[in-house]
Amino acid sequence: MAKNLAQLKIGESAIIDSFTDKHMALKLLEMGCTPGEVVQLDHIAPMGDPIAIRVSGYLLSLRKAEASTVLVSLLVANI
Amino acid sequence: MEANQSIVNFSERTSLKVALVGNPNSGKSTLFNALTGLNQKTGNFPGVTVDKKSGFAKLNSTITAEFIDLPGTYSLYPKSLDERVAFDALCNPDNEDYPDVTIIVADASNLKRNLFLVSQIIDLKMPVILALNMMDMVEKEGDVIDIIRLSEKLGVKVVGVSARNKEGVKALKQFLLEPLPVPQYDFIDVKKLASELIDKIAAVVKVKSDFEAFQIISNFSETHFFDKDAGKKVILSSILSASTIDYEKLQSQEAVERYKIINRIVEECITHKSAIKTESFTHKLDSILTHRIWGYVIFLTVLFFIFQAIFFLAAYPMQWIETSFVLLSDFAIQFLPSGELTNLFVNGILAGLSGIVVFVPQIVLLFTFIAVLEDTGYMARVSFIMDKLMRKFGLNGRSVIPLMSGVACAVPAIMSTRTISSWKERIITIMVTPLMSCSARLPVYTLLISLIIPQTAGFFNYQGLILMSLYLIGFIAAMGAAFTMKKILKSREKSYFIMELPVYRSPQWRTVGLTIFDKVKLFLLDAGKIILAISVILWFLSSHAPGNRLDVIEKKYESSEMLIKYNDTERQAKSASEKLEASYAGILGKSIEPAIAPLGFDWKIGIALVTSFAAREVFVGTMATIYSVGNTDNTQTIRSKMSAEINPKTGLPQFSVAVGFSLMIFYAFAMQCMSTLAVVYRETKSRKWPAIQFLFMTALAYFSSLLVYQLLK
Repeated sequence: MAKNLAQLKIGESAIIDSFTDKHMALKLLEMGCTPGEVVQLDHIAPMGDPIAIRVSGYLLSLRKAEASTVLVSLLVANI
Repeated sequence: MEANQSIVNFSERTSLKVALVGNPNSGKSTLFNALTGLNQKTGNFPGVTVDKKSGFAKLNSTITAEFIDLPGTYSLYPKSLDERVAFDALCNPDNEDYPDVTIIVADASNLKRNLFLVSQIIDLKMPVILALNMMDMVEKEGDVIDIIRLSEKLGVKVVGVSARNKEGVKALKQFLLEPLPVPQYDFIDVKKLASELIDKIAAVVKVKSDFEAFQIISNFSETHFFDKDAGKKVILSSILSASTIDYEKLQSQEAVERYKIINRIVEECITHKSAIKTESFTHKLDSILTHRIWGYVIFLTVLFFIFQAIFFLAAYPMQWIETSFVLLSDFAIQFLPSGELTNLFVNGILAGLSGIVVFVPQIVLLFTFIAVLEDTGYMARVSFIMDKLMRKFGLNGRSVIPLMSGVACAVPAIMSTRTISSWKERIITIMVTPLMSCSARLPVYTLLISLIIPQTAGFFNYQGLILMSLYLIGFIAAMGAAFTMKKILKSREKSYFIMELPVYRSPQWRTVGLTIFDKVKLFLLDAGKIILAISVILWFLSSHAPGNRLDVIEKKYESSEMLIKYNDTERQAKSASEKLEASYAGILGKSIEPAIAPLGFDWKIGIALVTSFAAREVFVGTMATIYSVGNTDNTQTIRSKMSAEINPKTGLPQFSVAVGFSLMIFYAFAMQCMSTLAVVYRETKSRKWPAIQFLFMTALAYFSSLLVYQLLK
């Protein structure tokens, strides 16, 4: 199921597919958000933005606008 | 990829330049502190406003190493100012900070992402040592890193350290003395990505690696490559502009290629205790600290404590400092021969020094809190929960602490904006923080409020209400100014919020101590100079007059007529008042009267405006002198003198409600604080920003006061 990273709910995991903004992509790539990497949404800030995701073994925070440039496939939880 | 190495050996040298580079939160600065101790100095990276920390340590009896702490960076893509500094030092051999050896500090508990920068530096083919920091964390989680294997895979020396416990630091120093392998292989084959261009660049510039050429291609416009070699610069830019290659796409491809190999290496070198990570301590704590209610409750509590500390707790040592300086002045007056030099020493230099040292308690307290919040990882959460709100005003989540601290004092507050990484957000925070009502305004407000607002008994106290409104007005003005600056300021830097939320750790008191030491030193040396100079100038202006005007006044009050008319205290007060009026400051006050008359101010207030440029609270003392009140500690007397003052034109009290409000608004907005200006100059390293700040705040003060006075008159 294709979504963007900003649409995940807390606790949901997904696999990074691609990026829609090449400038943002570069910034995210260097932070370890590479295609094929599993991400999990851990926290959402109280005002709904930014969000914190678990990726490459650490916690990364980013704004929703930034997260929405990352296309992901949702992983079905708890198989 | 293991083979193919060349070796360098520095054991014959007497000095060695070592750069420390690593991701933010990798513990790089902790390691730097562990390596150099107090033997540090702060300077400038050439041509930029980023502080450069360097320190020295003896490696053995003959070799001294200079360690340079480069700003934290995730990659060699120079996007922010900090990243550009690290990039320039490592990628440009002409740079004065180009190191003999580079120590890459990597967070071992977060190896994958940290290896990205490592892989880029390896491809520059320079001597490197990889310091795997936070090995204690890795062990605590039960993971095992095969350091020997990692070293083989990367082709560089790897040493496990735990900078917090100072473990492995000796081994790291020892490695600098041993023969070092210089990686000769390519971590990734960048030629695959842009072979033609790399060849073209390599034909013009002598590069050590394909990656160096690749870096020139993808970052040419961002950096200062070949600034000294205009000829080459022209050739290179013509080569690059002829190419249709998409540099950003090129870098993205590079990043993906790197992570492919990194993933393999990580898989081979790390054994995880269990595949499933348990709910970590950090995760649980984050659920509370970023909670939609508790998150703010806790943050407000923290702010409250910081505020209390710098507002009330600091008052005691500040009092001691002031008292000591008074004693010192009395002592000097008593034992030094009276004359111009003593006068300069006591009223110019000692007074100036007192005005500098008095800030130290607030700086120490604020930075104790900030260093702890930063060190534990909580500061990143503050940004996280405040980002959305602050972003609307062009500020950063981290601007909250400087703004709140500004209520106590803008000087430490502005120094604390260092934690804001975006240049634009940091500048805006610096520019608007002095609009927050600081504690120096309080004596001015208290005096003026008591003058114009009757003390009402009973439930509702108007005086308190007015005071609260003044604080609120300051806050609103700060946010308004921030919003305006957000629209005006142009920045090439995009505002990001892509940052790591580090795991929570207990603070290191050593780091906290060093931060405080560093801040106090910088303030005393850099800002202190300017404050002292202005103090001396202000002293001169208010104690000197053209010709022999002061002598004439002195003689007048020594005449027998005056001796009969007034007692000693009265005589001294009257003479001081008349002298101040005759002084250069008095002349200045009178000459600005036409300009400030529309605000309802007379020349007496004009003098106070001039002298309180040293610090706002000087207003009260100046008023006391002008109104010939002998004892300046007694506000009651100043108040009654001031309220008895009649405006000669109207025949009504000079300090009417309109004048009082106009004056309070003026003090709320005006940049009447040379210490703040000195600190802004120090922090922005440019005369432009303090000048703009002074002008916009003065203009805001002037026109607001004008409006208030004309409406209320």
